[in-house]
Amino acid sequence: MSDILLRIENLRISFGKDDRRVAAVNGVSLEVGSGEVVGLVGESGSGKSLTCRSVIRLLPPGGEMTANRVLFEGVDVQSLDRDALRAHRAHNVGMIFQDPFSCLDPTKRIGEQIAETLRVNVGLDREAAKVQALSLLEDVGISSPERRYLAYPHELSGGMRQRVMIAIAVATKPKLLIADEATTALDVTTQAQILDLIVRLRREIGMSVLLVSHDFGVIAQVCDRVAVMYGGYVVEFGPVADICNRPQHPYTRALLDSIPTIESAGQRIRRDGIPGQPPSLGEIEQGCPFVNRCSYASDACRTLELSMREVGPGHTSACPVTIGSGS
Amino acid sequence: MNASPDTLPLLRVTQAVKQFVLRRTLGDRVARRPGVLHTAVDHVSFELGSGEVLGLAGGSGSGKTTLARMLIRLVEPDDGQIMFGDSDVRAASGHALREIRRQMQMVFQDPYSSLNPRMRIGAAIFEAGKVHHQPGVDDEAAFVARVLDLVRLPASAARRFPQELSGGQRQRVAIARALAVGPKVLIADEAVSALDVSIQTQLLNLFLDLRDELGLSIIFVAHQLSVIAEVADRVAIMHEGKIVEIGPTAEVFHRPQHDYTRSLLAAHPSHTAPTPRGGSV
Repeated sequence: MSDILLRIENLRISFGKDDRRVAAVNGVSLEVGSGEVVGLVGESGSGKSLTCRSVIRLLPPGGEMTANRVLFEGVDVQSLDRDALRAHRAHNVGMIFQDPFSCLDPTKRIGEQIAETLRVNVGLDREAAKVQALSLLEDVGISSPERRYLAYPHELSGGMRQRVMIAIAVATKPKLLIADEATTALDVTTQAQILDLIVRLRREIGMSVLLVSHDFGVIAQVCDRVAVMYGGYVVEFGPVADICNRPQHPYTRALLDSIPTIESAGQRIRRDGIPGQPPSLGEIEQGCPFVNRCSYASDACRTLELSMREVGPGHTSACPVTIGSGS
Repeated sequence: MNASPDTLPLLRVTQAVKQFVLRRTLGDRVARRPGVLHTAVDHVSFELGSGEVLGLAGGSGSGKTTLARMLIRLVEPDDGQIMFGDSDVRAASGHALREIRRQMQMVFQDPYSSLNPRMRIGAAIFEAGKVHHQPGVDDEAAFVARVLDLVRLPASAARRFPQELSGGQRQRVAIARALAVGPKVLIADEAVSALDVSIQTQLLNLFLDLRDELGLSIIFVAHQLSVIAEVADRVAIMHEGKIVEIGPTAEVFHRPQHDYTRSLLAAHPSHTAPTPRGGSV
């Protein structure tokens, strides 16, 4: 984890017209080391998907991003012109989404879709692209690749489709793979296989992974470091074991305490959960976004200027309150 | 709160079967080949006690939703027996079937598609109660307020439309509408699956409160094992249409007997006991 592949500094993404602009991402800073798996965890609307999309400047219509820097291998993604951005998206970053069916062309055989990426982005000829596509299908664990090469997306199961998406995403041997809720729609057994595959490819290709998930269980199993997001802010960032075992931000702690576990089967415990609901877009103008649901909150939190403070080695929290160990 | 042996179970399902004919291809039709049968629910038997929470878990396509729907004949069973108290669900029709459906109410995953977007929350709840002549419906406002209170929503929510509410609140409304007709059984089909963790916990607690306050029995269908682990008294694990294992939740989850249960538990991601998948290098 010596060199930094991606460094995002003070990223803001907002929507709407001048006088009614609402911020969806508020000053997020993040870094991903080379070969590292970094997780982004948070509930819906916390800004995790937008944050990872900023890496390839792929924002929904109306979204506007500003940042001090979004450095990818030392180059600011914000400064890229059209052609350079296209090359960046094609060669540096692969992305997979929750729903592979809507990302694949339903009228084209899956093998051809993989080969197309290789022809256009790597510059292979037809013959070489087919050979390479077949070997990619094998790499992502699809049995009898010759036969599957000819299949259409609707003929494959959800897990298979996600494998095809991964094959396309890693076809150009990208330096970073972004997986946005890539296993959310899958069965637990299929999910485990896909996570294994991502981890294996990361080792083989030596790529970094930015893994977005709402599921702390998934994050805990594959990530080295994790950023916990809430209301458009990163509220805690650090090594995944530290965050799971010694959460420092009240939100992280409450979130972890809310997650049901199999170990507690039959104990009839009732979890407290988190009272209230996450802030809607534009609801929080200043101060801490978690203030209304936080059991440690004081008046000062409403006007607080959020900043990350060191709470352990490589472990930062946006909350000035020090909560004792335990949990 | 398990059904003691001497009391009659509230619901008894014996050897229930549901088969679907898979769509025939054009070639099959031309050759007049019969469609291939897929057995979605394959001779399933179980009982549900009064005040009991039964979890129904399994992968997608395991038949858990089909089974849940068969209980109130949203899907017609092909074989077997379903007894609700002393009424035969498969034989019931007309008034008797409506009465069975009143007493077994279903809550679905997506409340947005099960609530009428043009109907105010209060009207939706009142209508359900009125159709089934529930006690207290002559005073609409009081009836609605009482039902909303059961799901911990303020009486003012009655004036809202579904789209004005958050996902968690909408699911509360879906539960409220089910409760408005005075059921004995709630069938919750992935009712908390689409919700964020912090909201999911609130809903799970609500289901448990309702069981305690109203003595409801709950059939809780979910693919998330950890959710079932914390709400269910007993759990049935489904795989390829069969119940492969059924028993007290702690027993099944801590000492699984069937290979499929074991593989399901092994694949379940946990933040407390991570099984590293390559993890840090």
